[in-house]
Amino acid sequence: MSQASTSGLPTPRIESAGLDGWLVRLFSTIDEANLAWLGALARRCEAAFGEALVDLVPSYTTLLVVFDPLRLSPEAARRRLADLLADLLANPAPEQEAGAGELHELLTWYDPSVGPDLERVARRTEMSREAVIECHAGQEYRVFALGFAPGFAFMGLLDRRLEVPRLDTPRQRVPVNSVAIAGRQTAAYPAVSPGGWNLLGRTTARLFDRDREGFSLLRVGDRVRFVPVDRATFERHGGDATPMEARPLEAGI
Amino acid sequence: MNKYTVIGFRVDRAGPLALLQDAGRFGVRRLGVTQGGPADLHGWAWANRLVGNAWGTPALEVTFGGLALVAERDLSIAVAGADLAATLNGEPLALWRPVSIKEGQTLAFGTPRNGLRAYLAVAGGFRAEPVLGSVSCVVREGLGGFDGHGGKLAEGDRLAVSPEAGERVGREPAPTPEQPDYTGPATLTLLPGAQVADFTGSSLYAAFNRPWRVDDRADRMGVRLTGPRLGCRIGSLISEGIGLGAVQVPPDGQPIALLNDRQTIGGYPRLGALTPLAASRLAQCLPGQEVRLVATSSERALGDYRNFRRSLEQ
Repeated sequence: MSQASTSGLPTPRIESAGLDGWLVRLFSTIDEANLAWLGALARRCEAAFGEALVDLVPSYTTLLVVFDPLRLSPEAARRRLADLLADLLANPAPEQEAGAGELHELLTWYDPSVGPDLERVARRTEMSREAVIECHAGQEYRVFALGFAPGFAFMGLLDRRLEVPRLDTPRQRVPVNSVAIAGRQTAAYPAVSPGGWNLLGRTTARLFDRDREGFSLLRVGDRVRFVPVDRATFERHGGDATPMEARPLEAGI
Repeated sequence: MNKYTVIGFRVDRAGPLALLQDAGRFGVRRLGVTQGGPADLHGWAWANRLVGNAWGTPALEVTFGGLALVAERDLSIAVAGADLAATLNGEPLALWRPVSIKEGQTLAFGTPRNGLRAYLAVAGGFRAEPVLGSVSCVVREGLGGFDGHGGKLAEGDRLAVSPEAGERVGREPAPTPEQPDYTGPATLTLLPGAQVADFTGSSLYAAFNRPWRVDDRADRMGVRLTGPRLGCRIGSLISEGIGLGAVQVPPDGQPIALLNDRQTIGGYPRLGALTPLAASRLAQCLPGQEVRLVATSSERALGDYRNFRRSLEQ
């Protein structure tokens, strides 16, 4: 892997992803600065592929470009991507092209009744519960990728002091809107689902709404801040304070 | 239901899994929404074609059988894909050809005889309200299907169809070469991917020269293959978008071919991606069946895919 770049400039490679896709690998490490480049490339693909574009999947270091091979042959698609990349690299300011990402403030009630791993995270990190909350809510996060479930945003990078592994056994049922951490990432669950992340609290945000324009509240490149609120405020904003059983590992039972 | 739909069928017996599928849900994968769509594109496309429907028309994907439907009106239908021992009022139903059925008749699927997934199309198509641009039913995400929320069919459900569902269509069956025998060992063409060189030499040899067996851990998300343990010099990658048919190899060395309902991003190294027709073929394999992986080029894969799409237009 000779791609590591010290200048922060992308070192693109175009890789096969099947008959209808090319994976553009722009970076080899996770960095906030990747997002502007990936966003700028996505916009250019939309313009350049037009009707032949089927889907785009941006992630931490890559952009998967899915096209209709009957409208554009794989070889022609590859050439078009190579041209876009050459042009992109000649552009020193991808931020202006992609925008800085929308800022979202997610009202969050941090409490053991809805964040059953709060105490354990505090013990593991040798911090007080209050310090854990302050640390998690004390910074802005960027959305690096969406995946796992509709509207599930992988955000980072979390403060190193809060770095804890996933649960050994994932929960079968994580309540909707649970705010969670794992490794150096944080997320909020848009729907009830299985999950192995550490739950700290619950937000009031509607993360995925099929009846809303754009469907997902969060997009790759967006900025997110968790705002701690008390229970009354949480409920006033529509939060569901139904407590979750405090035992963390009841998966499979 | 609105004035552009009528009731075509009543569900008499839901069976294990019957899902409405159009071509898939596109343009929303960046939101973490899976592709969906028919696991066997070939069988689905032919069922539609036989009743005169355009590409993308919603049809019912019946997995493993068990489904029984009562016609609520006269209908023109076709069943293609797997032979699931379908009957019409107890008599064997002809597959891969248009069939006229009468109000009150029962269309019932038995158990697999050849393949795993049958496709039922009606003239003009099944009707449902699209969600995020598609009616494809993804149970895990609660999207699509007749109820719009990814719900499974239940006894008593009434399935909406086009008002043209009773109109007469042609009589021609699908050409014999288009009616596959799914029972033998399957040869699956694969486009090698970027990490192929990171697998050990003996693993690469094994991957493309040894038989693989379809595991019983197989669904619309992916199909696990068991066989020689493949070694890769990379354990995991930073998660990235994954295409249809991607063959990923987790640390246990047993490949998983990812199908329509796969997660949108993933981080295991990949041998490459099955061609669309190979992914379709795999979707018709039952657990225990033997498959072989064969490397191909995108030119050949494109040629095969073009021929398939052209055959539907003749």
